[in-house]
Amino acid sequence: MNANPAIRQEASSPQTSQPVVEAKGLGLTFETNDGPVRALADVDLTINKGEFVSFIGPSGCGKTTFLRVIADLEQPTAGEILVNGMTPEEARRKRAYGYVFQAAGLFPWRTIEQNVALPLEIMGYSKAEQKERVHRTLDLVNLAGFEKKFPWQLSGGMQQRASIARALAFDADLLLMDEPFGALDEIVRDHLNEQLLDLWARTGKTIGFVTHSIPEAVYLSTRIIVMSPRPGRVTDVIDSPLPRERPLDIRETPEFLEIAHRVREGLRAGHGDD
Amino acid sequence: MTAAADTAPTRTTTPVFRRAVEGKALPILIVLGVIILIWYAFTVYLNAPWQIDAYERAGTEWTATDLVRDTMAQERPVLPSPHQVVAEIWKTTVGTRLTSKRNLFYHAWITLSSTLLGFVIGTALGVLLAVGIVHNRAMDKSVMPWVIASQTIPILAVAPMIIVVLNAIGLSGLLPKALISTYLSFFPVVVGMVKGFRSPEAFQLDLMRTYNASGTQTFWKLRWPAALPYLFTSMKVAVAISLVGAIVGELPTGAVSGLGARLLAGSYYGQTVQIWSALFMAAALAALLVGLVGIGQRVVMARLGAKP
Ligand SMILES: Nc1ncnc2c1ncn2[C@@H]1O[C@H](COP(=O)(O)OP(=O)(O)O)[C@@H](O)[C@H]1O
Ligand SMILES: [Mg+2]
Repeated sequence: MNANPAIRQEASSPQTSQPVVEAKGLGLTFETNDGPVRALADVDLTINKGEFVSFIGPSGCGKTTFLRVIADLEQPTAGEILVNGMTPEEARRKRAYGYVFQAAGLFPWRTIEQNVALPLEIMGYSKAEQKERVHRTLDLVNLAGFEKKFPWQLSGGMQQRASIARALAFDADLLLMDEPFGALDEIVRDHLNEQLLDLWARTGKTIGFVTHSIPEAVYLSTRIIVMSPRPGRVTDVIDSPLPRERPLDIRETPEFLEIAHRVREGLRAGHGDD
Repeated sequence: MTAAADTAPTRTTTPVFRRAVEGKALPILIVLGVIILIWYAFTVYLNAPWQIDAYERAGTEWTATDLVRDTMAQERPVLPSPHQVVAEIWKTTVGTRLTSKRNLFYHAWITLSSTLLGFVIGTALGVLLAVGIVHNRAMDKSVMPWVIASQTIPILAVAPMIIVVLNAIGLSGLLPKALISTYLSFFPVVVGMVKGFRSPEAFQLDLMRTYNASGTQTFWKLRWPAALPYLFTSMKVAVAISLVGAIVGELPTGAVSGLGARLLAGSYYGQTVQIWSALFMAAALAALLVGLVGIGQRVVMARLGAKP
């Protein structure tokens, strides 16, 4: 716990790091009826393999837009971006990432196992393989036993876990999550945060995570990207000195509070620019 | 103790009866009773002038009771009484050989077969057009106005033309009549299914995109299941107007069988009782068809996890 943070920081970002997302001078301007909206401007950012990167900032600062650009759901208007060394479109066609939306968005006409099997059906996995993977990922998110239930029979937190299972069912190394726990109450959220860290440790995936909550960002991330609006841009990048192993009560340690403080300062500075 | 004694009798009553008393059945029965009463009142009122005329011509003495009794038993009343219609329906269904041309079920079957054929073609056509409209911008722009325009032309004007034109190219019998049902029934299906196919939310379509799903996959795994509730709702409307189409299709053809033919023959010969029984048979048929679609809807929706 009290070991030198600098050493751990080195450990969490090794020299041989392999970039998963590389953005250089990235910009995206939406042309709207009320004139252009600069959702992203001059974003330079690299996300390395195995990292847990959180994006935090007031609403409208371009967090969702950045995730959507990575996912090839939105086209940048300036700069360049590579995902696994390819264009976002190529990466999407190779099914390089799983995307978790803010709403669980399970299909109401499918059972939980059928929902998790949806990407597998589309990607042409065999029936046996589908079954095995559905079983494994539902286990991973602690939903074993709920296979035959329909979404409306599950709580909001369970639905969101099912939607995470759906994004994990196929072999994408990158998981993009846009405020996945935003609509849930704090107790459920704490629990899911713990499970998400556990899942990240077990699968070794790279995670891009959008949040509004400072404690959530600090608790989960190896790196925190602080953003500010008009135009949407990165104002601070904070490498976390916290160990990868994080019990919930780590949130009361001085190190944790120090990072939280720095994030808060970063957010305030971003606001001061208005 | 007393409470238990009070509730005991209700427990022994059948669920059907209890549902009838507590549920929707009672209000419906009350409304039905009121309608029948009003109907009887109008029967007396509308048939009285002719009856009084008849009494005077025959020079018979008459009382109010006589008038009420006789207005309800005319052979060609302006408005037949409910029990006359019921008796006529009974006589021409249960009381007649099923294969006889005088059996109302025989006529109902003729109309039903063309209703169903037209409905099936209409629904298929409606779904296909909706698929085209949703997937193709040019079709969205060009087809939809024609679909709407088609319904502004009164069917009574179109029906004879369809029959005559199809007869001229050698098509007769069931199909021309069915096509009039199709003409009416494809419309609610197109409108409903365009809405249904467009009902998935933007993020659900985005989700399919993140899987790199093909257009066909997105259609079968997202758009089609999302549209199913809309399909059933529009099919309920479609099947009812298919029946109207089949009846209208029987009017200009000089058809000798079918509910439409019965209506027409009834009006030629002033057989109002026959007209009303054909009307009631048509209404019962419509209720049956809509009910069947409703049952299909409940079965399919239950399988697709709809909340009970
Ligand atoms: N499709 C769009 N068309 C026009 N403007 C958009 C669109 N999507 C997002 N924006 C605008 O871009 C800015 C950034 O949005 P977003 O990325 O959703 O912010 P965040 O997720 O950080 O709240 C906002 O001002 C938003 O209104
Ligand atoms: Mg957002």
